[in-house]
Amino acid sequence: MSPAAKSQNPLSPRDRIQVPRQAMPEQAPEVRAHNFEEVNLGYSAELARQEALRCLECAKPTCMDNCPVGVDVKEFVRRIVIGDFLGAAAKIRQDNVLPAVTGRVCPQEDQCEGKCLLSKKVKPLGIGYLERFVADYEQRMGTHAVPKAEPTGKKVAVVGSGPSGLTVAGDLIQKGHKVRVFEALHEIGGVLVYGIPEFRLPKQIVREQIDYMREMGVEFETDVVVGRTVTIDELMEEEGYDAVYIGTGAGLPQFMNIPGEHLNGVYSANEFLTRINLMKAYKFPVYDEPMLDLRGKHVAVIGGGNTALDAIRSALRLGAKKAYVIYRRSDAEMPARAEEVHHARKEGIDFHMLTAPVEFLADGNGWLTGARCVRMELGEPDASGRRRPMPMQGSEFDLPLSVAVIAIGTRANPIVQSTTPGLGTNKRGYIQASETTQRTTRKGVFAGGDIVTGSATVILAMGAGRRAAKSIHEYLSTGQW
Amino acid sequence: MFKIIHAQFLAPGIKRFVIEAPRIARKQRPGQFVILRIYEEGERIPVTIENSDPEKGTFNIVVQSAGKTTHLLNSLETGDWILDVVGPLGKPSEIANYGTVVVVGGGVGTAMAYPTAAALKAAGNRVISIVGARNKELVILESELRAVSDALMITTDDGSYADKGFVTDKLRQLIENGTRIDLVIAVGPIVMMKAVSEMTRKEHIHTVVSLNPIMIDGTGMCGGCRVMIDGKSEFACVDGPEFDGHKVDFSVLVQRNAMYRDAEQRSLAEYRHARQHPETCPSSGARQGGQQ
Repeated sequence: MSPAAKSQNPLSPRDRIQVPRQAMPEQAPEVRAHNFEEVNLGYSAELARQEALRCLECAKPTCMDNCPVGVDVKEFVRRIVIGDFLGAAAKIRQDNVLPAVTGRVCPQEDQCEGKCLLSKKVKPLGIGYLERFVADYEQRMGTHAVPKAEPTGKKVAVVGSGPSGLTVAGDLIQKGHKVRVFEALHEIGGVLVYGIPEFRLPKQIVREQIDYMREMGVEFETDVVVGRTVTIDELMEEEGYDAVYIGTGAGLPQFMNIPGEHLNGVYSANEFLTRINLMKAYKFPVYDEPMLDLRGKHVAVIGGGNTALDAIRSALRLGAKKAYVIYRRSDAEMPARAEEVHHARKEGIDFHMLTAPVEFLADGNGWLTGARCVRMELGEPDASGRRRPMPMQGSEFDLPLSVAVIAIGTRANPIVQSTTPGLGTNKRGYIQASETTQRTTRKGVFAGGDIVTGSATVILAMGAGRRAAKSIHEYLSTGQW
Repeated sequence: MFKIIHAQFLAPGIKRFVIEAPRIARKQRPGQFVILRIYEEGERIPVTIENSDPEKGTFNIVVQSAGKTTHLLNSLETGDWILDVVGPLGKPSEIANYGTVVVVGGGVGTAMAYPTAAALKAAGNRVISIVGARNKELVILESELRAVSDALMITTDDGSYADKGFVTDKLRQLIENGTRIDLVIAVGPIVMMKAVSEMTRKEHIHTVVSLNPIMIDGTGMCGGCRVMIDGKSEFACVDGPEFDGHKVDFSVLVQRNAMYRDAEQRSLAEYRHARQHPETCPSSGARQGGQQ
């Protein structure tokens, strides 16, 4: 029996192509630029079903090919078509423990939607929007099933509560292993709580996903810096953990090593976003953590990734009069999600492409007054395959600024590596781990996410978490390394 | 939640807390610090650990009231709770037998210098301690330091106790007397550490200082604590907090620590107002940590 025969989609494939992609309802740009409420408002059930009808139900779907966690898109969309939203959510949850998160922050255009057959002729299926819809629907209904597995008697320590650690925890608890997650900060969620702003990923969504994990039996311990508060060896030898997963994340912010980076008013994106998202500095003085007052100020972010856009859009919401993105390459090379770039432009962010700062300028008291920038042109492709930006002679100009945020990436945090004898690292200090099993050079120790790959995306970290969980389960079941 | 097992003022505005945290107590080494957050809306502040007792699962901090958070902390009593304490953070002091070590503690920095002095003594060094305070009341840990020092010198700015003057006066005397000094460790106000470093630079005496920049996470993630060392950015939380005093750009440290002065003053003023007028402002300022 062919899949088409099973289809409960009332439209013929030809008609499906005629249905336009359903737009995501969103706050108007001029309104959202002044608040931290979520930009996208989410599909209604009607919009979701309408969008789901567009799925061509390919006999050999390619949409899951690029999904790091392998979500069965065709099947969950089919369940939306027949109105079984909870069934759709359950289907996603088999492969993805954080659907409400990935539905919001995945770069779908490079993954599932990029592979959607519809995109050859029209706009791709809104897979991210649909994922988000069913995850939110499930949460609103409050009826999600809490799977319980037979205890295996094995204990796993997960280091870091970001997307990869949470994925490992969620997958392994469903296998019956005891799982405890250690977090260095005072709040669970890693980059989901300190990095990604409220307007893109409401913290309530993250908390709900974590509460769900607690219901499944995952234990969390905050205020533990593994490597300092307790070492990997102590966890295994003294606290009885049979396996450890290291998912400590991106690590130390990089600076450009140009003059003036120590000036007051120059932030790393991590610090800027942490003050806002984790410490709620924008609610000062109700919250005690301060940050510089951005109202009426000129603010720039340096960098072209999602973090850079998160930072500058936050600055806009905190009252910045001018908000610039300074990026040394062109639009085509920007690593940020297409939707975020689109949203940022609509909100009035000013993009200085093919531009790089060469020096931060100061007043006499150590406060930032601007950035001396140079225009760039693109040369031959570099090691990343992108065309190398080259400074143009005599193109310097000064941009007046009160605050500059540097978002050019991160380097490896050394704390775990330097306190775990025998844990292999690569030249750049990241942990060596197998791409298929996430095994490190230490028996029983697995690693994944940014601490292995360097800065990447939430979903890639989750993909590593999935592979690790499978591999940890195998190791715990067989005892074989 | 972390319980305060014992809280006691050592001097006006300077309080010692014994805090229950078995993991931290077990791992702490001299020179390390914790970051704490007293209550949900609180900021995260770094505080150097004075000492710990792995058997009892406790560690000590000594806190001087300066801004809102330290005032609030010093209003806590035995039996109160602190919402979050994370550590021990930073690299420990490098303890070895150097020969003769001069340990300089300024103000509340004395509490941080003390465990390092004790460890250096235990490692076989001749330890000469110099303690400076504004006045007699603010001299802390005198007997403790005396017990681990071959010699202890005390100065007060106003001469109300021991010798009038600054710690650098005593250090200069030692140098001028021809005392062989293999290492100087200075912990205290930035001006003091800077003055000590400038004095020892000329004498080519290796000098270690403990820096106290603004921090958030304490694990290297935010980069807010970056300090200029030998012209390069380093992170005090993971590369420090101790650095070669001759390589530190103290003016950058002073400048960066002033970044939030306006906000800090506002917080403190509002806190004091709320303390004095709790009826007008029940929700802020007068809050106590934990279960209070």
